[in-house]
Amino acid sequence: MAIEIVQVQPSVGLSKMAVSQTHGEDSPYFAGWKAYDENPYHETNNPSGVIQMGLAENQVSFDMLEEYLETNLESTNWGQKVSGFRENALFQDYHGLLSFRKAMASFMEQVRGGKAKFNPDRVVLTAGATAANELLTFILADPGDALLVPTPYYPGFDRDLRWRTGVQIVPIHCDSSNGFQITPEALEAAYDHATKMNIKVRGVLITNPSNPLGATVQRKVLEEILEFVTRKNIHLVSDEIYSGSAFCADEFVSIAEVLESRKYKDSERCHIVYSLSKDLGLPGFRVGTVYSYNDQVVTTARRMSSFTLISSQTQFLLASMLSDTDFTQKYIKINRERLKKRYEMIVNGLKKAGIECLKGNAGLFCWMNLSPYLEEPTIKSELAIWNTIMHEVRLNISPGSSCHCSEPGWFRVCFANMSEETLEVALSRIHAFIKERKQVL
Amino acid sequence: MLSTKVTDCNAHGQDSSYFLGWEEYEKNPYDEIDNPNGIVQMGLAENQLSFDILQSWLDNNPDATAFKKNGQSIFKELALFQDYHGLPAFKNALVKFMSEIRGNTVTFDPNNLVLTAGATSANETLMFCIANPGDAILVPTPYYPGFDRDLRWRTGAEIVPIHCSSSNSFRITKSALEDAYQQAQKHDLKVKGILVTNPSNPLGTSLNLHELDVLVNFISTKNIHLISDEVYSGTVFSSPNFTSVMEVLKNRNLVNTEVSKRVHIICSLSKDLGLPGFRIGTIYSENGDIISAATKMSSFGLISSQTQYLLSEMLADKKFTKTYLSENRRRLKHRQETLVKGLQKAGIRCLKGNAGLFCWVDMRHLLCSKTFQGEMELWKKIVYDVRLNISPGSSCHCCEPGWFRVCFANMSEKTLVFAMQRVKSFVESMTKKNSNQSRQEQIRLNHARRTKSLPKWVFSLSTHPLEV
Repeated sequence: MAIEIVQVQPSVGLSKMAVSQTHGEDSPYFAGWKAYDENPYHETNNPSGVIQMGLAENQVSFDMLEEYLETNLESTNWGQKVSGFRENALFQDYHGLLSFRKAMASFMEQVRGGKAKFNPDRVVLTAGATAANELLTFILADPGDALLVPTPYYPGFDRDLRWRTGVQIVPIHCDSSNGFQITPEALEAAYDHATKMNIKVRGVLITNPSNPLGATVQRKVLEEILEFVTRKNIHLVSDEIYSGSAFCADEFVSIAEVLESRKYKDSERCHIVYSLSKDLGLPGFRVGTVYSYNDQVVTTARRMSSFTLISSQTQFLLASMLSDTDFTQKYIKINRERLKKRYEMIVNGLKKAGIECLKGNAGLFCWMNLSPYLEEPTIKSELAIWNTIMHEVRLNISPGSSCHCSEPGWFRVCFANMSEETLEVALSRIHAFIKERKQVL
Repeated sequence: MLSTKVTDCNAHGQDSSYFLGWEEYEKNPYDEIDNPNGIVQMGLAENQLSFDILQSWLDNNPDATAFKKNGQSIFKELALFQDYHGLPAFKNALVKFMSEIRGNTVTFDPNNLVLTAGATSANETLMFCIANPGDAILVPTPYYPGFDRDLRWRTGAEIVPIHCSSSNSFRITKSALEDAYQQAQKHDLKVKGILVTNPSNPLGTSLNLHELDVLVNFISTKNIHLISDEVYSGTVFSSPNFTSVMEVLKNRNLVNTEVSKRVHIICSLSKDLGLPGFRIGTIYSENGDIISAATKMSSFGLISSQTQYLLSEMLADKKFTKTYLSENRRRLKHRQETLVKGLQKAGIRCLKGNAGLFCWVDMRHLLCSKTFQGEMELWKKIVYDVRLNISPGSSCHCCEPGWFRVCFANMSEKTLVFAMQRVKSFVESMTKKNSNQSRQEQIRLNHARRTKSLPKWVFSLSTHPLEV
């Protein structure tokens, strides 16, 4: 069924939107953060605190960024020229800094190993992928319409795609029988379900590589999805914010490559979302983009981006950084290697504890299977074990139910937002917990 | 294939004359050396007068742009900081700056502040919080053309104008408010609030105490919101001093009352500090529900942490803020006077202004016909013949034709003086033309009188040599 939007009586003077719960911040996903905030782990000051493993941040490659900044000061102080600063401070053109758009297009190409070309004139800049996803939804769908989204999905979508847009999410159910891959049957089922409820489907939104699965979408599946959206005459949004986090460059296939290989036939229904928050580890700088093969979408998205422009100061800095291709090539390669190493560390550590993960190849997290350890195969049991992990094992991880997973017992566990030492501590805690659990069960 | 937000093309307002003038400028921009015949941009409300003061601060405080605090790198911390509550140091510095601008007559609590990517985002976000699709917001005319997009496009809200006229210097009156409210009701629109810009864009004046009282009384009676867009608060350069609506609430002992929970302020650093590119806007409100909702909504338009940090350091420097505010005001005053005097020499008057980056100019006497068509014709002449991009009052929804907004702070003084010379020449040539035409008209009238008794066929053969 469609994910429900909770309606509340509007308080005097505020809009229905302001008082609705559609921002989703009362879900258990955020309760875990609260537990962490109240008792955060610290190696020396609070070694028994809660370890944050629910935050998909990339902290493994800051040294490379800092090194770049040390040697390229003019990217941060406009070369100390008044005219440079003035020009930049005045720049609020929603087309975005040309040098930055070019650098973004080039970076997106590099991340895809040159297997797809990007035109800077199709790059629309937004303050983060959060804004990009919402903006695209405003453009592609009317209030009451639906987007089909494969489960499990990033909990933030409930807010980003639905809250202010009034658009609904109808889930495309995926399960572990095939590694949670999207199937044509699941697509059809979701579409039919929406139709039965008299909801107009405007598009499919996938995340590739997937959050929370930590796996890339196979080429064959991308082609099937493309065939499906073409047949139904709807849109396809591919959120590729984790594209630079694929451990092996070859294993990630972007929708851009598939479109290029078919000479962009039917591409005007396709749109890509990208961001520097995950690949470069810069979520604070608010750098997102909508890349669309549809001219009208590009024009409208640009105008709408007025509500969410990227600071020109930040555009200037990153234009400089990303157009330094020696730096970016090196960064992309080393970043991948480090993430791969972290992934292997956590997956092997979990295996030693008797926990299996979905075979992943990308992202900042792994998709962990605790279903053998649930008392019952229910969400209730999932939340019970999650509670235990949060308060006793003292790890904040994300329960699959918060990602709308149809199978209870799966958890997303982040590995790139802490030091290796902290990760070891977390693994040893899990090890101890499972050992005890096995004895009980 | 696409949503109605795309296909109902005009809600983004991009096709209004306001933007067309910009396009013409882009095609043929004035440059003192490279293109002295080009169009001078006078339609852009930017503050370019005080960059040297900012640059000097930057030169003396390199850490602020180098991601360093007290010599230590805080790059990682800033790069990861995406908390929608905003950088505490920045909010603390910002509320003090907002207070300082208001002569410290009011203080602001950083917990009541929401940061957004520019006032554009702040205005839209507030609308999402107070109005349902189809609800109305009352806005005094003339108003900033961008509101048509910012307040209506994605929110689905409607703007109902509060008509103001030159008869009382475009001041907001109680009866104008009532009329607007009733107009809304007539159209079955639920009024959720009033949005005023104080100081006003495009008028270049700050609201007086009487107007503020009228507004507070009105929203009290009608139980609606009041949004006070105060993005030009730091540009008040002559008396009367700027009075924020917050000050009025304080003076009337309305703080922490039901009314004060319906009053919200919008601020920004785009106009006061001349940093529109940095996207720094804010909503201030004592309404906890609004702050809560708006804070979450700000996820869709957060300010770059890099920029928050730079400004937190800059605004915390009290010596800098004091110097900046007073010097900036002084320079704005001088510029405005240059524009006003220049126009005066051309026989053109302005509304008496005390704020903003523009003047509200009265060109009614230059209209061929006292209609909006006449205004458009005059505007086209000014854009294409005089080669100045100024904003016609109709694009600001002014109900009287003949008024124009002319900016003075986005160019060098030399360019401004040069533009004034062009205006003077234009008016002189128009006057000459008019006096020729009226001479022709007089001759024709005399001719008509003398020849009135002759049959019509006589006239059809005659063609007056001066008629073109």
